[in-house]
Amino acid sequence: MRQQRTQARTFTRRALLLGGGQAVLFAALGARLYYLQVVEAGRYTMLADENRINLRLLPPPRGRVVDRYGEPLAVNGENYRLVLIPEQVGDLEKALDIIDRIAPLGEVDRRRVLREARRKRGFVPILVRGNLTWDEVARIEVNANDLPGVAIDLGLTRQYPQGAVMGHVVGYVSAVAEHELTGDPVLELPDFRIGKNGVERHREMALRGTAGASEVEVNAYGRIIRELGRQEGRPGEEVVLTVDLGLQRYVDQRLAQEESAAAVVMDVHTGEVVALVSSPGFDPNLFANGISTQQWNDLRQNPRGPLANKAVAGQYAPGSTFKMVVAVAGLETRAITTDQRIHCPGHFELGEQRFHCWKRSGHGPMNMHEAMKQSCDVYFYELARRVGIDRLAPMCRRFGLGESSEIGLPGERSGLIPSREWKQAARKASWVHGDTILTGIGQGFVLTTPLQLAVMTARLVNGGRAVMPRLTRAAVMRENQPAVRRDLFPSLGISAHALAAVRDGMSAVVNEQGGTAYAIRVRDPDMAIGGKTGTAQVRRITMAERERGVRRNDELAWRERDHALFVGYGPVEAPRYAVSVVVEHGGGGSSIAGPIARDILVETMRRDPARMVPPSRIMAGRPDGRS
Amino acid sequence: MSMLDRQPRATAPLLLDRIWQINWLLVLLLSAIAGVGFAMLYSAAGGSFQPWAEKQMLRFAFGLTGMILVALVDLRIWLRLAYVIYGLALVLLIGVEIRGEIGMGAQRWIDFGFIQLQPSEIMKIALVLALARYFHGLDMDEIGRPLMLLVPIALVFAPAVLVLKQPDLGTAIMLIAGGGAMFFIAGVRLWKFAAVLAFAAATLPIAWELLRDYQKKRVYTFLNPEADPLGAGYHIIQSKIALGSGGLFGKGYLQGSQTHLNFLPEKQTDFIFTMLAEEWGLVGGLALLGLYALVILYGFLIALRSRNQFGRLLALGVTSTLFLYAFINSGMVMGLMPVVGVPLALVSFGGTAMLTVLFGMGLVMGVYVHRDLELNRQGEVGTD
Repeated sequence: MRQQRTQARTFTRRALLLGGGQAVLFAALGARLYYLQVVEAGRYTMLADENRINLRLLPPPRGRVVDRYGEPLAVNGENYRLVLIPEQVGDLEKALDIIDRIAPLGEVDRRRVLREARRKRGFVPILVRGNLTWDEVARIEVNANDLPGVAIDLGLTRQYPQGAVMGHVVGYVSAVAEHELTGDPVLELPDFRIGKNGVERHREMALRGTAGASEVEVNAYGRIIRELGRQEGRPGEEVVLTVDLGLQRYVDQRLAQEESAAAVVMDVHTGEVVALVSSPGFDPNLFANGISTQQWNDLRQNPRGPLANKAVAGQYAPGSTFKMVVAVAGLETRAITTDQRIHCPGHFELGEQRFHCWKRSGHGPMNMHEAMKQSCDVYFYELARRVGIDRLAPMCRRFGLGESSEIGLPGERSGLIPSREWKQAARKASWVHGDTILTGIGQGFVLTTPLQLAVMTARLVNGGRAVMPRLTRAAVMRENQPAVRRDLFPSLGISAHALAAVRDGMSAVVNEQGGTAYAIRVRDPDMAIGGKTGTAQVRRITMAERERGVRRNDELAWRERDHALFVGYGPVEAPRYAVSVVVEHGGGGSSIAGPIARDILVETMRRDPARMVPPSRIMAGRPDGRS
Repeated sequence: MSMLDRQPRATAPLLLDRIWQINWLLVLLLSAIAGVGFAMLYSAAGGSFQPWAEKQMLRFAFGLTGMILVALVDLRIWLRLAYVIYGLALVLLIGVEIRGEIGMGAQRWIDFGFIQLQPSEIMKIALVLALARYFHGLDMDEIGRPLMLLVPIALVFAPAVLVLKQPDLGTAIMLIAGGGAMFFIAGVRLWKFAAVLAFAAATLPIAWELLRDYQKKRVYTFLNPEADPLGAGYHIIQSKIALGSGGLFGKGYLQGSQTHLNFLPEKQTDFIFTMLAEEWGLVGGLALLGLYALVILYGFLIALRSRNQFGRLLALGVTSTLFLYAFINSGMVMGLMPVVGVPLALVSFGGTAMLTVLFGMGLVMGVYVHRDLELNRQGEVGTD
């Protein structure tokens, strides 16, 4: 009995201890629950919402790009795609058989669909085929009852209906690269494309628009349960180019007759670029839809450089087309008068050095009019000597040479106007008189782009105003934008006398017997043109060529030929358009580049928008082109 | 009446007396807990009795009947059957072990056709029975002798090692902790526990090596769940999010967004407490813990009222087992313990655990019914 009582007492004591321990542990549970559900409730509520609420981006449709008359240059093509949701399909093999009869599937696609169906979760749609024809879409809709879980999905893909003609100007879109991510979540969407070249790139932000968002509740597997809220985005704006598609086509065809060439046509008063062609071009559709390695290598290794936009990125010695600027500098610095004559014996001597005129027999005594008309080199050697590089270089810059025009095309180069400081820095050598002499005829170190040559010509013939080239008109918003008054470009401060003398000389080049381009004169007085030929020696490989980096032996003959250049304007009486043409390795400026430039100018004048008023809603934007 | 009768009894009460002695309040408490379970299973199915709530209700009805029958059985019969039941449970455990080997992996069930038995669950009660019988047969002097502890230690570790091999860490913990509680209340000296603890601490590195990789990972994950948020840490992180976002009053019945959007897996079994706490908040969570606390308190009172050591040990053993179910499960979903597979007694969906708990509670009630019975060490009525 005592034994049992001891046992009972021990038991009671131990039971109370155990119960106390359990009570403490239960209290700990309660405290923990209180901590999680009251103290930390806010944090966990936030985490819970992050868990279940998902923001789905609604990518905005990209804005169209159209030419000045509204012709589509870049549009959103509708891409009908066939998608299926495996868990709704049932027998996948059978469904694919039915689909195959309606919209033929390759064996590759079929295997891919089956593979994806195994890998992905059942409710994730799988792309079966893209680019369905209307016929296929219709037949699938008709058979919809036999195809549960199969749906037509409308995707937007960028299309360039004009193909290669507008390739360099419009550019293209393609997938976002890692370094292009800015934190804008829309860029991280798998299908999203951004502008990679041309206007597509330059006006990316306007074209892109802003993404909308849909707030959805999702379950743990990411399946959408319901939409909680929606915020509409803003579609991309339409971008209207200054380019006239018809003219652009014409220029492209005209240049296509040469191996490799570039041309720029612009309005000398407004700066609107109505045509800008680098030939050969490339089809931007290739890039938008994904280019094959083969196609890419073909483009890249082509010695004609279809990927380089030679109109803005090709840098060429301007040759004789540069002489107008030397003439203006001579007159403005009073180094010469229009009547003063310089004798041309066929060469020019500077100390021990001898510089030849293209005409070995010599031109005899030349005034400015004659020197320009016949493109006498000796006259301009002497003129450059008198002006000196320190006064010549700033004059070049005033005409837009050696500086980027900021037209907004990727890869634009600024050319090169040499100076003492430049030579010291870049070549580690002192400027010598011979450098100045060579500069006088647009050789030596001088490099210009076709676009700069067009700008230079425009500024020479528009009354000396600092016109800037531009490619886009005001981006037209969904709402009508108030018209912006056209501001005049500021004056360059060149005397009317000097400008008149230069125009007189350029007119003589084409329209007077003995002018270097007399052969290309236009007899219709309304369309008469003026201009200047140029032939640039190819002693060095141009920067553009060097970039391509290929020099193949079988092309050496072509490679060694001179570049043919021509800058011109028209009509002579009231200049409206300026053109520059560079034909790489084309030979003589008068025989090759001249006729092309003439044809382009005539076509431009024929298509003068004065006779085809652009849509009234499109008003000229600010002159800097950033409307 | 018997309630006031302080005289020891030499004979078992009559059947009618026994029915009268059933603790109907305890039955009510258990039904309330099970009722919470039904409600949560209904919610877990998105507002449907299928596939869980209905089945669970049937099991409970079956189990409740069984519980009362168990309570009416003469306690001496359970005393006599204690080792037999333990032996059967052990054989079943070995059985699944062999079948598990054949099945190339963890197997915890034996399929009897009409019910899938989980021997490790049955063992939780069988061990309590066996230990209660063993310690009942010892007097205080004998308990003081270390050699006398070898048998009960073997009784604990044989099944613990087997379930650990299954592998089922949760059940192993419950068997050892439950067995430890029995040793404690039987009167084993505290310094011996200290010695065992020291020994365990010393062998911890060896034990650590014996753990399976996934078990080690669970421990790592418990220590730092954020390190692997989509893998092993997923359960515990999601459980805490669901629980914490429930707040004071919860999101409302059937409104638990995290559980219903399937962020929380196994919401109908091991993580059902999370769902309750999400939908009913702190108030609901504490209420359920309160119900368990009342049942456990009841168990303690019954144990203290029993005049025989077998009944005392049995009642406290079962009660402690119930405590372990509730504590380990809710501690686990709250991130207080590693994620181990222990269901929430009577609430989690699962047949064997429910039947086990109800059988155990039947024994506890039986202890009350036979509280005044005096049993000698051989289990016979009478005195030494």
